[in-house]
Amino acid sequence: MERSDNSMPVPESVERQDVVIAGGGHVGLTLALALRRAAPGMSVTVVDATPAGAVPDGRVYAIAAAGRRMLEQLGVWDAVAAEAQPIRDMVITDSRTRDVARPTFLTFDGATEEGEPFAHMVSNHALVGAVAAAARAGGVTMVAPDSVAGFDVGESAVSVRLASGASLAARLLVAADGVRSKLRDLAGIQTVGWDYGQSGIVVTVGHERPHGGRAEEHFLPAGPFAILPLTGSRSSLVWTEQRANAERLVKLSPSRFQEELEIRFGHHLGALTVLDRPRAFPLGLTLARSFVRPRFALAGDAAHGIHPIAGQGLNLGFRDVAALAETIVEAHRLGLDPGSLSVLERYERWRRFDTFEMGVTTDVLNRLFSNDNPALRILRDVGLGLVDRLPPLKKMFIREAAGAGGELPRLLRGEGI
Amino acid sequence: MSHAPSLDPDEIARFSTMARDWWDPAGPLAPLHRLNPTRLAWLRDRIADHFGRDTKSERPLAGLRILDIGCGGGLVTEPLARMGATVTGIDPASDNIVVARHHAEAEGLAIDYRAETAEALAAAGETFDVVLILEVVEHVTDVAAFVATAGSLVRPGGLLLASTINRTLKAWALAIVGAEYVLRWLPRGTHSYDKLVTPNELAAALVSADLDVTAETGVMYVPLAGRWRLTGDMDVNYMMAAKRPA
Repeated sequence: MERSDNSMPVPESVERQDVVIAGGGHVGLTLALALRRAAPGMSVTVVDATPAGAVPDGRVYAIAAAGRRMLEQLGVWDAVAAEAQPIRDMVITDSRTRDVARPTFLTFDGATEEGEPFAHMVSNHALVGAVAAAARAGGVTMVAPDSVAGFDVGESAVSVRLASGASLAARLLVAADGVRSKLRDLAGIQTVGWDYGQSGIVVTVGHERPHGGRAEEHFLPAGPFAILPLTGSRSSLVWTEQRANAERLVKLSPSRFQEELEIRFGHHLGALTVLDRPRAFPLGLTLARSFVRPRFALAGDAAHGIHPIAGQGLNLGFRDVAALAETIVEAHRLGLDPGSLSVLERYERWRRFDTFEMGVTTDVLNRLFSNDNPALRILRDVGLGLVDRLPPLKKMFIREAAGAGGELPRLLRGEGI
Repeated sequence: MSHAPSLDPDEIARFSTMARDWWDPAGPLAPLHRLNPTRLAWLRDRIADHFGRDTKSERPLAGLRILDIGCGGGLVTEPLARMGATVTGIDPASDNIVVARHHAEAEGLAIDYRAETAEALAAAGETFDVVLILEVVEHVTDVAAFVATAGSLVRPGGLLLASTINRTLKAWALAIVGAEYVLRWLPRGTHSYDKLVTPNELAAALVSADLDVTAETGVMYVPLAGRWRLTGDMDVNYMMAAKRPA
């Protein structure tokens, strides 16, 4: 991948960095970029394990309006938008797999404000590539491929040992190393959560007719089946099934897989072509018991892995980025130590309630909709119908789904820090 | 920067314990650490307003000479230096000055720390762009005389900033009973009620010292949020800014 071109081994003698970030995904890189943009005097290093020339993994993300405003503020949105598909319409249905006609209960017309798309679909590859280029240009030091092997928290700095044998010192170490965060374990931070016993099958399909920017979410008995529009006549599917069934489905021959797919997808977009190898990801809810320790903070999936039902994983991660960047920059401008617990506690308080609420909401939604109990079906049909008929409720639902709920950090309001 | 006088190993051990106490955000001075971001932001904003500085700059106090009276271990002195100011920190307790010097040295900060009184500095005729008296007036015997001395250290056109606790029943309940006895935030006996100073008394002392009060604010602790915030209510903790006419 392009982002490794400018990487460098750790120099012999390193000055103490202000912030070292473990993990060069969209969370780690966006945080690094946000810090350097607001405080050019801060030294920021990102350590990432991705080797040069790694093959993109095909993940796609829905960037909500608030996340888009942050990327605009950070000067990377144009590069991302060039490869993004706006979602202009969203349809949510609830039906049994074989119901002939799918009743449409909830239609979002997409815009949170006039003319503003509900979200943009973008590949992980395009997003990370754009942010990495801006971060490099913005003076972020990249160390890759390498990873954090361990760290020791001292009174005035945290010393960070890398797998390559090199070491770094920093005021603050941020773990943005994903849902199975190794640094979170090293810091001794426990998680709470549970396994859904479900997997999400992710696959890209091409279709005969254009999607017109419409996203669809069908609540099937086994769980949500989401069709998310990509650029061109392509869509990304997130298809939830019981784990054993998901494992079986992804191992089917291409023709059998396509048959199973068509039962669920329908024929409204014409003939379908499977464009990549379907893969199954186990779904679970993981929440870190605390987000900070002295000189240590969790961000993104390392702090919270949630069910992808509402497409909120990336947007929660972006909220972490915006809140942590604002907390660190304000401390820096006051001459305070950004690794100090009295500074980091602000970030934790800011993010924990919101994260917990979102985790519980998506969990309840999933439990409600991954169930074929007739009573529950009536309840949720009525529930979604009500949401559709009550404009204020629907508006709140859209705003929340667009990531605009709660006390927003400045970057998510499209303002500088 | 001058180094601490030679010390025996026992003294050094005692100082390093004290330094940890001063600088541990979860230690005995946790309330000061928690108060610091809110307090520093208000102080910086007043200085930036007065001298026309940009609060979003990384060194908004560059070029300003600041005196921190009663600097303790340097909890405010160090951030001021990082914001670009040339800072002198004085404290009559020489233990505090040793701790502060060691810590600043470890942080690579050049701060002029002196175990000296404000009276001695005033007698030497020194003046500063900004003088800070934070959590000090509630510990002096003669508030008017002390404020007059601190005021004389402000150059014409300069600024004096004070922070203290009001003498009200609410302050007694929250700052003494609450902080010292219930929460055990501060050692018992840190404050005595009759030494607390009301905003009117402080303002009167400032005016007598030929200073004009330019801003004031209350500061309150919000237990549910676990942080301090500014408030119009000056019944407990409050801060005041005053300028010396040019």
